[in-house]
Amino acid sequence: MLQQIEGSKAVAETVAACMPDVVCAYPISPQTHIVEALDELTRLGKIGNCQFINVESEFSAMSVAIGSSATGARTYTATASQGLLFMVEPVYNASGLGLPIVMTVANRAIGSPINIWNDQSDSMSQRDSGWIQLYAQDNQSAADLHILAFRLAEELSLPVMVCMDGFILTHAMEEIDVAEPELVQKFLPKFTPRQVLDPQDPVSIGAMVGPEAFTEVKYLGHFKQLKALEIIPELSQEFEKVFARSAGGPDDYKGLVTKYHLEDAEVVLVALGSVLGTIKDAVDEHRKNGVKAGAMGITSFRPFPLDEVRKSLKHAQKIVVVERAFAPGVGGIVSSNIRTALSGIDIKMSTVVAGLGGRPITLKSISELVDKALYGSLPEFSFMDLDVELVERELERNLLTRRSGPMAENLLKDLGSR
Amino acid sequence: MSTPLKFYQVGSFAVGNRLLGDDQLSVQSRSDRTNSLTSGHRACQGCGEALGARYVMDAAMAATDGKVIAVNATGCLEVFSTPYPETSWRLPWMHSLFGNAAPVATGVAFALKAQGRSDIRVVAQGGDGGTVDIGFGPLSGMFERNDDVLYVCYDNEAYMNTGVQRSGATPPAARTNTTHAVGANPGASFTQGKNLPKIAMAHGIPYVATASVSDLHDLEAKVTKAMSIRGARYLHVLVPCPLGWGTRSEETIKLARLATESGLFPIYEAEYGTITERKKIRKQVPVDEYLQIQKRFAHLFGPKGNREYLNAIQAIADRNIAEFGLLGDAE
Ligand SMILES: Cc1ncc(C[n+]2csc(CCOP(=O)(O)OP(=O)(O)O)c2C)c(N)n1
Ligand code: SF4
Ligand SMILES: [Mg+2]
Repeated sequence: MLQQIEGSKAVAETVAACMPDVVCAYPISPQTHIVEALDELTRLGKIGNCQFINVESEFSAMSVAIGSSATGARTYTATASQGLLFMVEPVYNASGLGLPIVMTVANRAIGSPINIWNDQSDSMSQRDSGWIQLYAQDNQSAADLHILAFRLAEELSLPVMVCMDGFILTHAMEEIDVAEPELVQKFLPKFTPRQVLDPQDPVSIGAMVGPEAFTEVKYLGHFKQLKALEIIPELSQEFEKVFARSAGGPDDYKGLVTKYHLEDAEVVLVALGSVLGTIKDAVDEHRKNGVKAGAMGITSFRPFPLDEVRKSLKHAQKIVVVERAFAPGVGGIVSSNIRTALSGIDIKMSTVVAGLGGRPITLKSISELVDKALYGSLPEFSFMDLDVELVERELERNLLTRRSGPMAENLLKDLGSR
Repeated sequence: MSTPLKFYQVGSFAVGNRLLGDDQLSVQSRSDRTNSLTSGHRACQGCGEALGARYVMDAAMAATDGKVIAVNATGCLEVFSTPYPETSWRLPWMHSLFGNAAPVATGVAFALKAQGRSDIRVVAQGGDGGTVDIGFGPLSGMFERNDDVLYVCYDNEAYMNTGVQRSGATPPAARTNTTHAVGANPGASFTQGKNLPKIAMAHGIPYVATASVSDLHDLEAKVTKAMSIRGARYLHVLVPCPLGWGTRSEETIKLARLATESGLFPIYEAEYGTITERKKIRKQVPVDEYLQIQKRFAHLFGPKGNREYLNAIQAIADRNIAEFGLLGDAE
């Protein structure tokens, strides 16, 4: 039903429509509204016999999810930022064990310095944890991707993270068509676990595996990810039939990527998540001026759709990857995956790190990227809207005295005194 | 009138079943015991943890009509029981991580609740390291929420699986590989220690008990009782470790008994934070008698021994005896 609703609430109601058996959570901004709403929905009896558990840490949230999922219960949790890092050990455990847990990551920066605002360094840090990672470009897709996520997770016996930009999506009010439970039921069958702790048929789960089979277990995790590249398009198609819209949102292509004016695009901007909205506006602007710009979004970052990316980008002349996280000491994260997809094809590519810790990514700044890319003045790796002078003044202070003090606080003091 | 039976017939308390009626037989002596942790595992000879776990799980199985799901922390018990493709577990068993046995068990319990399977029960188990140290926060959370889980700690007083390092449950002066018996203060320090049964009691959970592999009847009885209760329950079992303690394999039971009889390991039960039962010391022994047969305390004895430390350990035992009222006739 179409309603004016906050992103978090839409996600909570959609998760509820998926009828999880167990929801466990530990609060952290900007995930809080999701789990608060799920608590209420559970208490109101809107999720059948669902059990909502307030745990004492994210480490326990994921651990409860592991126990619950291994007992054959459909299981959901949500976190962000420091919380995701706090649960890293069980996050890897869940994927290693092949447990189909679904988790929302309300993307937020990682400290230090502590910062509650949006970027994607949290989920990016877990890109190789073995979880499937889907990135939502707007609130409709944030909600819908959860339905797809449960189905995908349970089909493959692999956990899925649905990543949505914190605040920008979680706290935004929009008109959303929250999936009707009856439709969800049509799309999402009852959970039939591959492995289950059951006194009738006792199994041991989680044994030590040595060199004789460890590689094979890990390979199968990789294999399932590759399998997901086949299954996501199938499920997306089915989703579209049931819900009359694509789970991946506007311009969705097979649930793997989104393509916006790519057919003849000379400059292509690539990104994940909500920034795609601004990017498409910039593309429109440039198109009006006769510039052949286009945009590609990556919905499925893990598995990474190498073929689709290659097909979508191989005719471009310039690629600009806008990333809300980066790999210090190297550069781009998404761009290195794109390089892999384009191996052997010589296209000029620039990585722009943008929107760290909630810094707004403006239409103006994005538009300029296209100009700079066209005129060849965009470096291979750069930070959007970096306050170069602020950085230089701190570097100077560092030169002046050994005990220059805490860096972040120096920068704030500097800004405050201007 | 029949004379009440006392299990003094042999020093070990281990025998005596032949004197009992069918209804009083231990679970372990019954032909229908489940052998939940069956033979063939890779524990060291005389491993107290293997013994304790077998009694605990069989008793839990007997109390629930064979409907137990076990969750295990990383540690010796996990490693020696599942050298896959062999597993010693004849019940549904899961190992996830070192510090998360309690919350994984919580997840199992709530999944069962959601599925309406209140007949199936959950037992989590871990070593002292997994319990008092790395899994402490999650365990406290499980207690605080009063989740329907029996958590069993097998306390061998160090990180044995990683090769005998100090844990928060390692006793003062004990030599481990991270508390060497050299220097001015040899062995583990005389710190506060972390008394988990008391901390569990402070959570006010329905049931807390300590037990020892020197009194297996008592251990079984406590598991049976724990399984008759819903909510968070905690059982702390002393399990000597020949490898880590430097003791003879055949002296595991004797050591466990001396720990109790010296007052160093009080045995009691508590309900909702109040002690309800304590096991009186039958024949008090000085702590020396317990310590001197363990290589981890060897530096306290002999010509270069350390009477000061021995006195300090005796003082701990004396404090326990006073605090728990361990002397006098059985109630
Ligand atoms: C997070 C983490 N830290 C450290 C370890 C290494 N480790 C595995 S078992 C173990 C010791 C287990 O000690 P305890 O819980 O007392 O059980 P025991 O082996 O003594 O029965 C340690 C330190 C680990 N597996 N995971
Ligand atoms: S090291 Fe100790 S606890 Fe581990 S198997 Fe050997 S005796 Fe048992
Ligand atoms: Mg130990």
